[in-house]
Amino acid sequence: MMKIYISQSEKTCEFQGPKQVKAILKDLDIIPETVLVIRGDGLLTEDEMVSDRDSIEIRPVISGGV
Amino acid sequence: MKCRKCSDKAVLSIPRHNTALCGLCLTEYVQIQVERAIGREKMCTKENKILVAVSGGKDSLALWDILLKLGYHADGLYVNLGIGQYSVRSRKKVEVFAELRNAMWFSQDATNDEGTGIRELADLVRRPACAACGCIKRYHFNRMAVDQDYDVLATGHNLDDEAARLMGNVLHWQQEFLEKQGPVLPASMEGFAKKIKPLYRLTEREIAAYCVVNGIDYIVQDCPLATGSRLLVYKEALNVVEQASPGSKQSFYWGFLAQQAEKFKLDHQSMSERDIALLHPCEECGQPTSSAMCSYCKLMAKTKTHKKVS
Repeated sequence: MMKIYISQSEKTCEFQGPKQVKAILKDLDIIPETVLVIRGDGLLTEDEMVSDRDSIEIRPVISGGV
Repeated sequence: MKCRKCSDKAVLSIPRHNTALCGLCLTEYVQIQVERAIGREKMCTKENKILVAVSGGKDSLALWDILLKLGYHADGLYVNLGIGQYSVRSRKKVEVFAELRNAMWFSQDATNDEGTGIRELADLVRRPACAACGCIKRYHFNRMAVDQDYDVLATGHNLDDEAARLMGNVLHWQQEFLEKQGPVLPASMEGFAKKIKPLYRLTEREIAAYCVVNGIDYIVQDCPLATGSRLLVYKEALNVVEQASPGSKQSFYWGFLAQQAEKFKLDHQSMSERDIALLHPCEECGQPTSSAMCSYCKLMAKTKTHKKVS
């Protein structure tokens, strides 16, 4: 199972892999424009595959209050 | 996915430009957009002293990094608003960033001046935390820029921020705010620093990606007091539109700027002339205001009155 960490809300979840980034975001009901997907030190584009052995971070990019 | 410029492995797709870029080309793209913003809007020159308002977040640190890399004289100003551990962590990010680049920065403690943190202050005057925070930050940023003889004050407002703010102003027909929604506000009179927003051509996602690619360690957690902020609601709505129709945010805000530019051509009175006619020094602090006391001094006065009563 791949491990997914959603920073900002500090939530974690697991998915059966392999799975495309686009599909992971869709399953989590996340709009791609609002996040970055990070594996290790690198960014993943929506077409990339995430395997069962991977840990990824989904990092929301929306901020601000004023 | 391959980089559209060099065919290397892409790290970010940018649907609004129907493109995808690798780390190096993304860095170049971001820097070009900032240079273009500065040049087209006549924001500043390399001879100017720039004060960058830094929060420890992605936008302000990316802006500071880009300005330094492009060869601008850019110093940082951090305002500590006393938001518990969030302020401690965000200040540390600024400190580490500056140390690594040997960059000059100031830290202004807003909690010392007012004797209370932003959460307590907002509760005391029954205003949303973000409104009180914005008022305090604007005051300190402007005051420091003027007192320390900086030519311009640069903030990290991006395309998402500006489009969301525009949406709020249009939804409520706040026409008086629309006029001041451009990427440059002139130093219209003594006591007002020139304000610039060099990131207005870039989205939050592009800026966050720039930070990751360039190893900029920023505070990822959003401010705990921003929860439920109306600006975040507008951003969410705009991102739904953007997903269905890439480029909408850009055409919304840039289209507005183009219309404003046309309007100013026909308008005989400039923003500076209108400011001079409307504004005068605050009776407490001397900063320009349209009423007897500026909103910062009003806020502080309310806090003092409340403390005396309680």
